[in-house]
Amino acid sequence: MTLCEVTDVTGAAGKFTVTVKEHPRYVDVDKCIACGECAAKCPKKVDDEYNADTGKRKAIYVKYAQAVPLKYQIDPDACIWLKKPGRCGACAKVCPAGAINFDDTGKIHQIDVGSVIMAPGFDCFDPTGIEPYGFGEYPNVITSMQLERYLSASGPTEGHLVRPSDGKPVRKMAFLQCVGSRDEHLCGNGYCSSVCCMYAIKEAVIAKDHVPDLQATIFYMDMRTHGKEFDEYYQRAKTETGVRFVRCRVGGVEPEGKEGDLRLHYVNEQGRQIEEYFDLVVLSVGLETPKNVLELADRAGVRLTADNFAAVSSFAPVTTSTPGIFTCGAFSGPKDIPQSVMEGSAAAAAVADVLAPARHELAKKKTFPPERDIMDEELRIGVFVCHCGSNIAGYLDVEEVADYAATLPGVVYVERNLFTCSQDTQDLMVKVIRENNLNRIVVSACTPRTHEPLFHETIRTAGLNEYLFEMANIRNQDSWVHTDDRVAATEKAKDLTRMAVAKVAWQNPLENVSVPITGRALVIGGGLAGMAAALNMARQGFPVELVEKSAVLGGNGLHLHTTWTGEHISNRLFNLVHDVRNCDLITVHMETEVVAAEGYVGNFTSTLRGKSGRKFAIAHGVTVIATGGTRLMPDEYGYSEHREVVSALEFDKLKEVGDVHVRNANSFVFIQCVGSREEDRNYCSKVCCTHSVQAAIELKKENSARQVYILYRDMRTYGQREALYKQARELGVVFINYELHGKPEVEKTDNGFAVTVWDHVLHRPLLIQADMIVLAAAILPSPGAEKLARLYKVPLDNHGFFQEAHAKLRPVDFATDGLFVAGMAHYPKPVEESIAQALAASARAATLLSQDEIVLDGIKAEVDPDFCDGCALCIDVCPYHAITLVESKDKDGVQELTVSVNKAHCKGCGLCQGTCPKRGISVAGFTFKQIESQIEAALTV
Amino acid sequence: MLEKKIIGSVMVVGGGITGMQSALDLANAGYYVYLVERSGAIGGAMAQLDKTFPTNDCSM
Repeated sequence: MTLCEVTDVTGAAGKFTVTVKEHPRYVDVDKCIACGECAAKCPKKVDDEYNADTGKRKAIYVKYAQAVPLKYQIDPDACIWLKKPGRCGACAKVCPAGAINFDDTGKIHQIDVGSVIMAPGFDCFDPTGIEPYGFGEYPNVITSMQLERYLSASGPTEGHLVRPSDGKPVRKMAFLQCVGSRDEHLCGNGYCSSVCCMYAIKEAVIAKDHVPDLQATIFYMDMRTHGKEFDEYYQRAKTETGVRFVRCRVGGVEPEGKEGDLRLHYVNEQGRQIEEYFDLVVLSVGLETPKNVLELADRAGVRLTADNFAAVSSFAPVTTSTPGIFTCGAFSGPKDIPQSVMEGSAAAAAVADVLAPARHELAKKKTFPPERDIMDEELRIGVFVCHCGSNIAGYLDVEEVADYAATLPGVVYVERNLFTCSQDTQDLMVKVIRENNLNRIVVSACTPRTHEPLFHETIRTAGLNEYLFEMANIRNQDSWVHTDDRVAATEKAKDLTRMAVAKVAWQNPLENVSVPITGRALVIGGGLAGMAAALNMARQGFPVELVEKSAVLGGNGLHLHTTWTGEHISNRLFNLVHDVRNCDLITVHMETEVVAAEGYVGNFTSTLRGKSGRKFAIAHGVTVIATGGTRLMPDEYGYSEHREVVSALEFDKLKEVGDVHVRNANSFVFIQCVGSREEDRNYCSKVCCTHSVQAAIELKKENSARQVYILYRDMRTYGQREALYKQARELGVVFINYELHGKPEVEKTDNGFAVTVWDHVLHRPLLIQADMIVLAAAILPSPGAEKLARLYKVPLDNHGFFQEAHAKLRPVDFATDGLFVAGMAHYPKPVEESIAQALAASARAATLLSQDEIVLDGIKAEVDPDFCDGCALCIDVCPYHAITLVESKDKDGVQELTVSVNKAHCKGCGLCQGTCPKRGISVAGFTFKQIESQIEAALTV
Repeated sequence: MLEKKIIGSVMVVGGGITGMQSALDLANAGYYVYLVERSGAIGGAMAQLDKTFPTNDCSM
């Protein structure tokens, strides 16, 4: 439901009534075929919000070229007709589909639902009028979102980085960090927006990619690259790409001369006042909750934090204060894409916890008529040639192509359509296929990437096997690229159509592969993440086997006291353990390890070994790996020599039990990044800055006379944690920044320790007398990760953490189906992120567990036993481990070798087919015969 | 106790990357989903981004 706004939510969990206001589009979506004629003729240009106002769009427009739905809309604030009916109407005159409807009106929908998820996202901070930056005043000061559009090939300059003022190429650009973040004074937002450091580095790297001799400088306070692989990217930007990083707040941006140059003045790291000239200044703007969302939250009774984000508990990170209403993404605090995607899945899991009794009640599955058996029929090919409005017909002779297609062998029916993909054409196709007994279909139109599923469904509706189909791409590969040669383009369209006809002639019906699913989950690891995932799956009704290596449930949570929001961890952990122990659907296996595993999605068998050494097998449909992490034992700062030098977790324990060293100490020094962000372990452990700041606050609150120092490299109190950093400074905690090349030195003295560190503010070494030293030791992957990765054939990253399928879009899945990762097994992270990922793993698992079987497409590798001699070359190249060697003996006892394909693993990529020297294996739908026919057809004129 | 019928459908408010992920996971697990988006097309802020780190993949 696009152009829709939720205006009210009433009711309670299980039954809400939501009022949705639908704004008029003024374009009939069933008729619009997105040909673009309307926008070409529309005389009214306005700023394009998709391009962050860097470019123009028309009053009738699509949001962007790949928009879903790809339907035009009229902007009523800009449209000439809608403001003064009768004045223009150009779009209605040219629309070939008659889709324009100036009389369209808004509608109000009342929709009953069981649950609501609020995922409204964020607005970029608007820096207009914030005096020192000059945004809106100087054209060459732009926001980071605008730069994003300038860098994009689909942006206003097609990716050319030029100055907005005069179109000259940019040679020297500056990024100013924390605009609209960490700055209550100028912009009212005290929190850190979490994502800007990383996006600024990315934009600088990409900008330098576009303009190799570009000088890019990032002015920052703390470089907050705390996510997975972020620090490595930062280091590469610095050392390989040559992005310059300067730690300071820039005082102001001023114009220099009349050419559009800009002058920045700042105090550099050596304490000198500097003036420097740039031709483009990019403001790294922060994220904030959109105003209209604040109103909706108020009406729905969703409580907000002081920073105007949805208030959530670390233990229920997607649950708002209103039961039945959940949240995900930037609404509960600024966050990056992977975390937002995780929370999207986590919200689905949280909803399912409430709605599981009503699963499958409303969701409908489409049914199809039985398939016609065509194997004994003679070839009857139907060809549909698409005009695609003027997209194809404007550049080649579609009629000539259609006439030609009718002459091809096996073709008995040809038709031209203005838009073959439109709904009325689908209905027509079904009718034509039935009436003419067609048994193979070719559509000469656009790309199968976007349209093949639609046509598969259509011919399936007509009673044909969906694979008896082929597309010829006469648009993307022809009309779009040969706009200046109509004759040649027409000839090429004929060639492509002839090839498709030749290929489809040899296409047989294929069967989709169905794999039954064992409706049980195996969760490995009984820490916070493992337990949260297990409990959520069980509450959705799925039995869970939970395996824990040690003798206690709780994992690292057992060593933690409070979350950054101040919630008691031990109480909540105790409740979680209790719920897991008392859940009928969860079987807990303590002091147990996985020793063997086999199978594939829906059908795993894992062998477990318990305390007694007894081995037993468990059949399960999905696997969640939540084996957590462990901590580094430091080998520096005198950790192993002096009992007053302790790690952060040890310090918490000592303080809790009232240890005499802690009680008597007056001066505490926290040293950050011990073992993190160094050679060989070039990642940030993410939680330590917040942890040390919290401990420092507590020490100061207990006794303000205590001296508390935190020696840090970048203070990474990201998101709303920034409030803790501020509080610590207000309480008098002293923060001293150090660099990797000048690490603090610790020396034992008669009355404690002497800690020497270089002070960047005073520009001289600083000597601190310390009674107690607390080391923020790095988080390491769990020692069992490597073995587990081998057993389940899933990858680890460079540091030994489990590697997800895609850093951005699949942060919980493994590349192998049916396996998921959650918690610190994936990367160091705090409680709420571990639990969000655990819930996400549960939601992803539920998409499988809720089905009886998985239907996979029929494009799979098939072995030809006449040709395969078991040379096994294909086994090595298969990226999905789908092929295995099969040894057997014939009746004379001679050994025979061949391979077999696991169809559940096979994705039909064809690497095996390309590698096989003997034609022993080929992919259905791309057989040697089909490809040869296609090539022959290409060469025949 | 009052018998209250639970409705097996969900409204996801916002068609950005996080809302779409929620909607997909719920639909694939057997719930009817209404995905509500303010603007004319789904995709949200990610659709505006040129590329994403660490791999510099196109964000489309």
